[in-house]
Amino acid sequence: MLNYILRRLLIAVPSVLGISVILFTVLALAPGDPFEELATNPNVPPEVRMALRAQFGLDDPIWQRYFHWLVNMLKGDWGFSFVSRIDVDQLIVQRLPVTIVVIGLSQLLALLIALPVGVLAAVKPYSWFDRIASTLAFIGFSLPTFFTGVLFILFFSIYLGWLPFVYRADISATGWQWWWEHFRQSIMPITVLGLFQAASWMRYVRSSVLDVIRLDYVTTARSKGLKESVVINKHVVRNALIPVVTLVALQMPAVFGGAIVTEQIFRIPGIGSLLIDAILRNDTPVIMAVTFVFACLVIVFNLLADVIYGWLDPRISYR
Amino acid sequence: MLAPATLSKPITSVSPWAEAWRRFKRHRLAYLSLWILGALVLAVLVGPLFYKVGINDIDFQARLAGPSLKHPMGTDDLGRDILARVLYGGRISLAVGLAAMLMAITVGVIIGAIAGISRGWLDAALMWVTDLFLSLPQLPLLLLLIFLFREPLKQMFGLEVGIFILIVVVIGGFRWMPVARLVRAQFFSLREKEFVEAARALGASTSRQVVRHILPNALGPVIVAATIDVAAAIIAESTLSFLGLGFPPDIPTWGRILYDGRDYMDVAVHWALFPGLMIFITVLTINFIGDGLRDALDPRRVL
Repeated sequence: MLNYILRRLLIAVPSVLGISVILFTVLALAPGDPFEELATNPNVPPEVRMALRAQFGLDDPIWQRYFHWLVNMLKGDWGFSFVSRIDVDQLIVQRLPVTIVVIGLSQLLALLIALPVGVLAAVKPYSWFDRIASTLAFIGFSLPTFFTGVLFILFFSIYLGWLPFVYRADISATGWQWWWEHFRQSIMPITVLGLFQAASWMRYVRSSVLDVIRLDYVTTARSKGLKESVVINKHVVRNALIPVVTLVALQMPAVFGGAIVTEQIFRIPGIGSLLIDAILRNDTPVIMAVTFVFACLVIVFNLLADVIYGWLDPRISYR
Repeated sequence: MLAPATLSKPITSVSPWAEAWRRFKRHRLAYLSLWILGALVLAVLVGPLFYKVGINDIDFQARLAGPSLKHPMGTDDLGRDILARVLYGGRISLAVGLAAMLMAITVGVIIGAIAGISRGWLDAALMWVTDLFLSLPQLPLLLLLIFLFREPLKQMFGLEVGIFILIVVVIGGFRWMPVARLVRAQFFSLREKEFVEAARALGASTSRQVVRHILPNALGPVIVAATIDVAAAIIAESTLSFLGLGFPPDIPTWGRILYDGRDYMDVAVHWALFPGLMIFITVLTINFIGDGLRDALDPRRVL
């Protein structure tokens, strides 16, 4: 298993390099000087601008510039945000935990909904439960997160007045009160993201379980006299999850897209809203760094999917 | 996908498309969706010819007014008619969806076909690029590209065309990968089939084999993917507009109207609700049509 994880890690290295090449090419292809606006910014003295040009080596050949940039990124030297007047890496370290918590909890919620509903729908295909669940799933993944977010705010915050619609990082309460306030303001963003994911996962789980449940070994398990619950939970679900994990890993980039939108709607201080703010304020170092962090997160989640894959089907890790 | 050529009994031959249409009609929700989407497209295309309210006509008497006979979808904070703006925005949203889909399909089919017909290093290299693109964080890169290229394209092609080209290319450029994989997989199975072998034996060149024999038979899944891509591109465009980074404020796309209406939700619900509903209905019907097409174009499925 350890051997397998190490191999996966090695395979991820070219992906990170590839993504960094694409990111750098985008920046290099962009017309104009990325530091052009600094020339007109009165807050930035010309010496700083020249120093930056030298630091980024803007006059060197392009491959040298790439290696320079890559080494700086790997060293953790991600530049300085002129808008927030703070190092970019510190800014990201401040913002990242909120994003990870929101994304993680929403994925957990999606799993808790999609797994039982998908399995139940597949065990009794074309029953009423299946039809209602499938239709709801269809509606769910046709509803863009920005619209569900707006509807949730409309209903739960404005109409019912139950939940706050602006996320506050500076809650003064302590102890249980602090946890309760955080829980209350996180409900809507997590639900919006989680429901959207649950809708598409449920379809994957359903079709995958439908494929597995017809296999001979399931019939064998039944004819041994095992209880139906044991057959489903121990024999069917584990194997059905293998293709689901692949599809979920492929969807990770879309999840981060949804997270950016949700953070923007509910004004959560995560790296998604940091990215939008940075773009609206032309804060180039922050934009580059956040995009790179998102790329790394996608790769980390893909690695995680590989590990789960190896755990679900041990044959894969011995290959 | 081939027309049934039975030897024993002379039946009336049905073209593959007529057969697909018959099967499509069996999927009731998809058939209904086709009518709803058709009505919506018609309304967006010819609606402004009959509904003669300008998108920028300001009516200060009716600021933030709810739906009424005069303004069926109400008005915004400047008293502009939301129905007129929704109809105008629909043209842009649908045009972006179709154009981005065409772009994604073209790139995907070309890359998938090249990878599928050429074995060895070229296939491996193209698939590595495809996998790499699949693991890119799309929305952040989309935002980055728009941030970097918006100004120069605006100067080159003018405001509306420049942004349109940028958004279509960027959205299309991030959606070709599933199509490329699909086409490659289809090519792998089709190029070993007897009819392709027969064409090869008759001396057909590689390009003729691909264009005349393999590609037409690989189109089924591509059509389904194309349908879903239109919906995905409409969502992507609306997302960009909703984040305030799509079309400029004076061009009302659905996402943009929703974004503008968001701050007035406590006093004017209709402003955000109607454009959101339009996006939802369009995407839902397109997805249902895609589902129906998947059933209709899969010859192995008995319907």
